[in-house]
Amino acid sequence: MTIEVKQFVRDLSIPSPGDITRPALAGERETMVLNMGPHHPSTHGVLRLVVELDGETVVNVAPDIGYLHTGIEKSMESKTYQKALVMTDRTDYLAPLSNNLSYVLAVEQLLGCAVPERATTVRVLLVELQRIASHLVWLGTHALDLAAMSVFLYGFREREQILDIFELVSGARMMTSYFRVGGLAYDVPPEFPAAVQAFLAIMPERIDEYEALLTRNPIWLERTRGIGAIDTESAIALGVTGPALRATGFAWDLRKDMPYCGYETYEFAVPVARNGDIYDRYLVRVAEMRESVKLCTQALDRLIAHGPGPYVTSDRKIAPPPKSEITHSMESLIHHFKLWTEGFKPPRGDTLAAIESPRGELATYIVSDGSPKPYRVHLRAPSFVNLQALPHMARGHLVADLVALIASMDPVLGEVDR
Amino acid sequence: MNHAAIVARLRAYDPGAILDEREFRGQLSVTVRPESILGVMQFLRDDVELGYQFLENLCAVDYLGREPRFEVVYHLLSFTRRHRLCIKVGLPEQSPAVDSLTGIWPTANYQEREAYDLFGITFVGHPSLERIMMPDDWQGHPLRKDVPLGGEEVAFTFNQARIDARKPYARD
Repeated sequence: MTIEVKQFVRDLSIPSPGDITRPALAGERETMVLNMGPHHPSTHGVLRLVVELDGETVVNVAPDIGYLHTGIEKSMESKTYQKALVMTDRTDYLAPLSNNLSYVLAVEQLLGCAVPERATTVRVLLVELQRIASHLVWLGTHALDLAAMSVFLYGFREREQILDIFELVSGARMMTSYFRVGGLAYDVPPEFPAAVQAFLAIMPERIDEYEALLTRNPIWLERTRGIGAIDTESAIALGVTGPALRATGFAWDLRKDMPYCGYETYEFAVPVARNGDIYDRYLVRVAEMRESVKLCTQALDRLIAHGPGPYVTSDRKIAPPPKSEITHSMESLIHHFKLWTEGFKPPRGDTLAAIESPRGELATYIVSDGSPKPYRVHLRAPSFVNLQALPHMARGHLVADLVALIASMDPVLGEVDR
Repeated sequence: MNHAAIVARLRAYDPGAILDEREFRGQLSVTVRPESILGVMQFLRDDVELGYQFLENLCAVDYLGREPRFEVVYHLLSFTRRHRLCIKVGLPEQSPAVDSLTGIWPTANYQEREAYDLFGITFVGHPSLERIMMPDDWQGHPLRKDVPLGGEEVAFTFNQARIDARKPYARD
């Protein structure tokens, strides 16, 4: 029996669940409506999909989100700028440091505050480690969804090593809150360079190991090649950014094209692919891990070469004075007290700061009304925007491919719903 | 292309559209009249020199106590010029509505639904303007400034019946 796969060429419509399940449609269509999620391991969180099926072929799919909506943007409005930072850890919980970075860059832009060289280097080093850690979770769960169990175990072994490094610098494995407005929360410990070096030494061959398991694996190729393809034009129209956009052949990477944190001074390539299918997204992300290792190596070399230095801005109106000063300087004590009770007041205005997070373009839009609390914070979450491309990619494919497709978009529902 | 040239080009296209222009921390933002948003956006996307091909961000802000109370903020990105432009429209407190951009950028779909859900702004011409974050039967728009934080009563065993009586839909 042959299954006729319908071609839905460039149908960019994004249905809402109601478009498929509305009572008015009952009896109108001969297709079946299937509910997937929100509690389903392959939806990578609490994503619910309303799938309209013709046999086993997906005719239409409507993502239904909001199950993890915690009102983070609203809560941030009631906290001072320093305290609101903690909320950003909890949006994209697989890349908290990237969220921290986007937020502090936005606040620093509002304040017009300069950041010491050492802090910027540590930031680059840590967000690149974060990219590797995030891609490892994606790789492991993606392979797991397609029944390749071992990649998951290998991937989490290395991720654990990265989380240990995060614990070393910030005290927390995941909810780091390590980047602060003006620099870092505290300096990296003396054993930090050795721990990173040990990790960077093993990582390239570990990536070879994952590739040995997947890149030429016939089952993997069968399940991923030619599936869920999207072209550059549609990807841009649908707002897709990050590895999914680069897999279509368009080398748009904010680190290269609109650099922040001095990325223009590092040497790295922007991996691209051509077909924009699941396999190409896999190739791009794996290549990105290799580039991140290169970036980490360069950043670590700089950190060691420059030696110790200030890790946070010396502006006492923004960053608290060192503890050692508080015992004998009245002004330091006052500034410390003022900062932790009242906070700092950026001038009135609004800015947007965007970074290339592991999932795509993560931007923070902040409106300041001149008070110590942000008037409005909006997070342009890449997972949320990228999810809109799912219906376009899934139409005409099989239900089983839908599972692979979700994994290849790497959504984090904490970030989708915020 | 500097900021003055961008504004001049936009002004040449539609002299009446621009209400205000501001530069803050090197970022250019232009406030336009709500009625002319569709034309302006189409022009910004298709004009060869400006070429803002990408709708990067769309969100709303509630300036309670000010008229126009609401503001919809659009961030556009030009891949070729590597430049970001912020476009704003102000909307009145009474039935805030603006044309939907879904016809120009399909990516506006979810982001407009989000602004509708959280702020109650209607996007005219949106194919399915429904709640996206909040439950379908939730009343009000939570990110408005007149909605208090923590205003939702937390259901415990002792007050469950009272909450259910007040909100019959929550039980369905």
